[in-house]
Amino acid sequence: MSAEAGTTGARQSRLSRALLYALLIVFAVYYLLPLFVMLVNSVKPLSEIRGGNMLALPHEFTTAPWKSAWNEAQIGVSATGLAPYFINSILMVVPAVAISLIVGALNGYVLTKWRFPGANVVFSLLLLSCFIPFQIVLIPMARILGIIGLAGSISGLVLVHVVYGIGFTTLFFRNYYEAFPTELIRAAQIDGAGFWRIFTRILLPSSGPIVVVTIIWQFTNIWNDFLFGASFSGFDSMPMTVALNNLVSSSTGVKEYNVHFAGAIIAALPTLVVYIVSGRYFVRGLMAGAVKG
Amino acid sequence: MSTIAQASVPPARASGARARLQNWLPRLVLAPSFAAILVFVYGFILFTVYLSFTDSTILPRYGLVGWANYERLWRLPNWWIALENLAIFGALYIGICVVIGLFLAILLDQKIRGEGVLRPIYLYPMALSFIVTGTAWKWFLDPGIGLEQVMHHWGWTSFHFTWIKDTEMAIYCVVIAAVWQSSGFVMAMFLAGLRGIDNEILRAAQIDGASTFQIYRRIVIPQLRPAFLSAFVVLAHLAIKSYDLVVALTNAGPGRATELPATFMYSYTFARNSMGVGAASAVIMLMMIASVIVPYVYAEIRGGGNER
Amino acid sequence: MAFLEIVDLEKSFGNVRVLKGINLEVEEGDFLVLVGPSGCGKSTLLNTIAGLEPISGGEIRINGRVVNDLAPAKRDIAMVFQSYALYPNMTVAGNIAFGMEMRGIPKAERDRKVAEVAKMLQIDHLLDRRPSRLSGGQRQRVAMGRALVRDPQVFLFDEPLSNLDAKLRVEMRTEIKRLHSSMGTTIVYVTHDQVEAMTLATKIAVLKDGVLQQFGTPDEVYNDPANIFVADFMGSPAMNLIPARVDAGAAEPMLVLDRGSEEPLRLPLNGAAPKLANAVGGDIFFGIRPEALTDPDSADRTASHVAHGECTIEVVEPTGSDTFAITRLGGKPVVARLRADARVRAGEPMRLAFNLDKTVFFDAKTEQRIA
Ligand SMILES: Nc1ncnc2c1ncn2[C@@H]1O[C@H](COP(=O)(O)OP(=O)(O)O)[C@@H](O)[C@H]1O
Ligand SMILES: [Mg+2]
Repeated sequence: MSAEAGTTGARQSRLSRALLYALLIVFAVYYLLPLFVMLVNSVKPLSEIRGGNMLALPHEFTTAPWKSAWNEAQIGVSATGLAPYFINSILMVVPAVAISLIVGALNGYVLTKWRFPGANVVFSLLLLSCFIPFQIVLIPMARILGIIGLAGSISGLVLVHVVYGIGFTTLFFRNYYEAFPTELIRAAQIDGAGFWRIFTRILLPSSGPIVVVTIIWQFTNIWNDFLFGASFSGFDSMPMTVALNNLVSSSTGVKEYNVHFAGAIIAALPTLVVYIVSGRYFVRGLMAGAVKG
Repeated sequence: MSTIAQASVPPARASGARARLQNWLPRLVLAPSFAAILVFVYGFILFTVYLSFTDSTILPRYGLVGWANYERLWRLPNWWIALENLAIFGALYIGICVVIGLFLAILLDQKIRGEGVLRPIYLYPMALSFIVTGTAWKWFLDPGIGLEQVMHHWGWTSFHFTWIKDTEMAIYCVVIAAVWQSSGFVMAMFLAGLRGIDNEILRAAQIDGASTFQIYRRIVIPQLRPAFLSAFVVLAHLAIKSYDLVVALTNAGPGRATELPATFMYSYTFARNSMGVGAASAVIMLMMIASVIVPYVYAEIRGGGNER
Repeated sequence: MAFLEIVDLEKSFGNVRVLKGINLEVEEGDFLVLVGPSGCGKSTLLNTIAGLEPISGGEIRINGRVVNDLAPAKRDIAMVFQSYALYPNMTVAGNIAFGMEMRGIPKAERDRKVAEVAKMLQIDHLLDRRPSRLSGGQRQRVAMGRALVRDPQVFLFDEPLSNLDAKLRVEMRTEIKRLHSSMGTTIVYVTHDQVEAMTLATKIAVLKDGVLQQFGTPDEVYNDPANIFVADFMGSPAMNLIPARVDAGAAEPMLVLDRGSEEPLRLPLNGAAPKLANAVGGDIFFGIRPEALTDPDSADRTASHVAHGECTIEVVEPTGSDTFAITRLGGKPVVARLRADARVRAGEPMRLAFNLDKTVFFDAKTEQRIA
């Protein structure tokens, strides 16, 4: 909606328009400020940060902090930089997203187009599982991962993220397929297509948008996860967020702020790129996950 | 959202083993997820509830101790600090996010040129990890190198901003960073709500002689009730679960000054070898979230059912 | 033995009975229209014939074979849906060919049949398009093409025209009728539009609340409605259903119609008299269609009994081809159909002709036909 300036004079309206834009720009500055701080200070030498103005552009431009953050900085006991943990995160995110996506799509398909008595109970249980505070499952999960031999491994993290992701992926696909005309399924049945062929030939080809939304949602959440990573990973399987936190909060040695900032940007880069490339879908996922869930 | 029975396609009954398989196929497909959720969510919840009544310390043990863990929990000053902090943090976080979100949404809704540029700028923090947000704000609010230094460089030498080192004020730093991360998202929710309002109602109000301010106050904002509700539920949920941000920003310090239930649970369970108390605090957290979510989901399901 | 037989068909969703003991017999080549108000169970009935909904009781036979437990694809039927249900991700050709593909028919043969059907429906220039780029009428044709290409034993149509605008609807109606007469395939067709039912059907089944009200030819359903519901539902403008009494009369029973402040109107019963002997003194509904209630000059000259009565006209509605005059009888507005140039003015009395050959009588309580 929009409210037009009624009978007020043109001058007053031009003034209020200017004020409006000024306010909007102030907010934009507020949101961009931390990113600006990170960027600017990640290319300054440490001395310039310590003695200088954080909001000032660098006098001396250096990429050393980036190099250090990527493959030199001390993480825990080893000076490997963030690179191995970046790889860990990728090894964790890709299978976890793929599996939870496929499972969610199939669940959504069954829950809308092949309902059976009790399907609503299953859905309600899945739906409620989206909301639990994960603290409530930390202790038993640690036990189970130990028992099945996945403690401290990337596979263990994949399992955790799949299990606690299918609630959301199912919800996304269910809501999407709910709106998918049932008559289409009926037509395909009359044409002789069965359970799998209806799914692969009729539903999946029309699922592009929700697949993108789900991938983005899952990717962002799993990449950004810290709690599970901190709880269930070992030194070799730490995801990016945990490694970054180790880097930033290690109490030994000098605080290399510029390296921290570079590391933070590296950790943020994948999700930021996804956001920039597919902002529309990202917002849709947020809304679907938040409002519907 | 609606979970009310809708026209769906039940399998046509058919004879033969293959046909019987077809009839069971949907159930078979859903079964692994169902089993996983039963075990990993509901089974684990029960297990944690059970643990909260045992004498578990560093590892789970199964000697029942009745309500002892809960009694101990409610006697711990740290738990009270965590709850008090959650109350302050939750109230300010939700309140400020809603105010900023609504304000920005209304501003953006005035046929703004460049909305396509501004909206993504307001929203991008939502794509970041709380660890990244925490890192950025941790150093930006740091008196040694951050905002305070900036002001000094700009000539305001008497400026002091040491909240993040101050046990009384540190929790407000968590609020600042959290609001920065989430308020754009709340803006998006309100904006969607605003765009959903029927234009003709607004024209009618204009013809009735309402001013822009009156239109918003009397007609638009009351119609945003669902957006308010969703925003509240989402933010309350995020607040209760908040963990990463505090870890990255203050690591629950200085001292235990920014302890929240989530950090409390983690440290008692895994660092302080009081798994029984940790489990009890997790159960309390679950109950807090349930008290927000269950009525909401219930209303949504019922409302959805009525609309159809 | 009929071609399509439905015997004591029951269908419940949970504990809601939606179809209550339906019996229908359709001969090969018949065009059966299922008609009734929305929600009465028409689509459900059609879906059970298609095998898309399992039935709760009874039997469905197609060409002598019980199909109760047969999957939809095995019943040798084709169906056209209200929303057309075109697969959005496939081209028009892909849509038409999908069923053949599922049945493993070789590509060359598929292409040949698609081309043939497309030509017949004049959609051959659209074969490479996606459904989203077609107009409503074109989508309709594609949906028909998908059904035609199967060459089934029975065609099932679920309100296929209700998403089209009025002009296109009439056009497609004619086209469907033409297709039926050229192919002679049995059709079961669902609509809530009684005009569509009358124009297309060779047999009409009127449903209400899951109960079959009447099953017969269009002529039977129109002229000999089984009850008040059917009488009221079929025909536009609707039949006048006037609360009335039967009076013993001097020589024979008379029909008495209230005229408000004036003397009640008394009409002879003629042929219906014996059947109404039991109703003397009781309340009934007297049914007469607007075309049987006319100005004296337009009264049907072949009718054996025409009675006249003076009525005050309340409203006059010229339509161009006819003029409808509304009077009040039995406390209810009653529509008479007059010549376009009949001289009539609102508020003035007029002499109306009642064609007594075309009257029906219903019990006021049971609402069933009594004469
Ligand atoms: N899958 C279903 N589950 C429950 N009730 C249904 C279902 N399908 C239809 N109904 C109910 O059955 C009745 C008949 O529906 P339908 O056959 O679609 O009517 P129509 O005559 O308008 O086509 C309606 O009251 C409808 O609500
Ligand atoms: Mg219907």
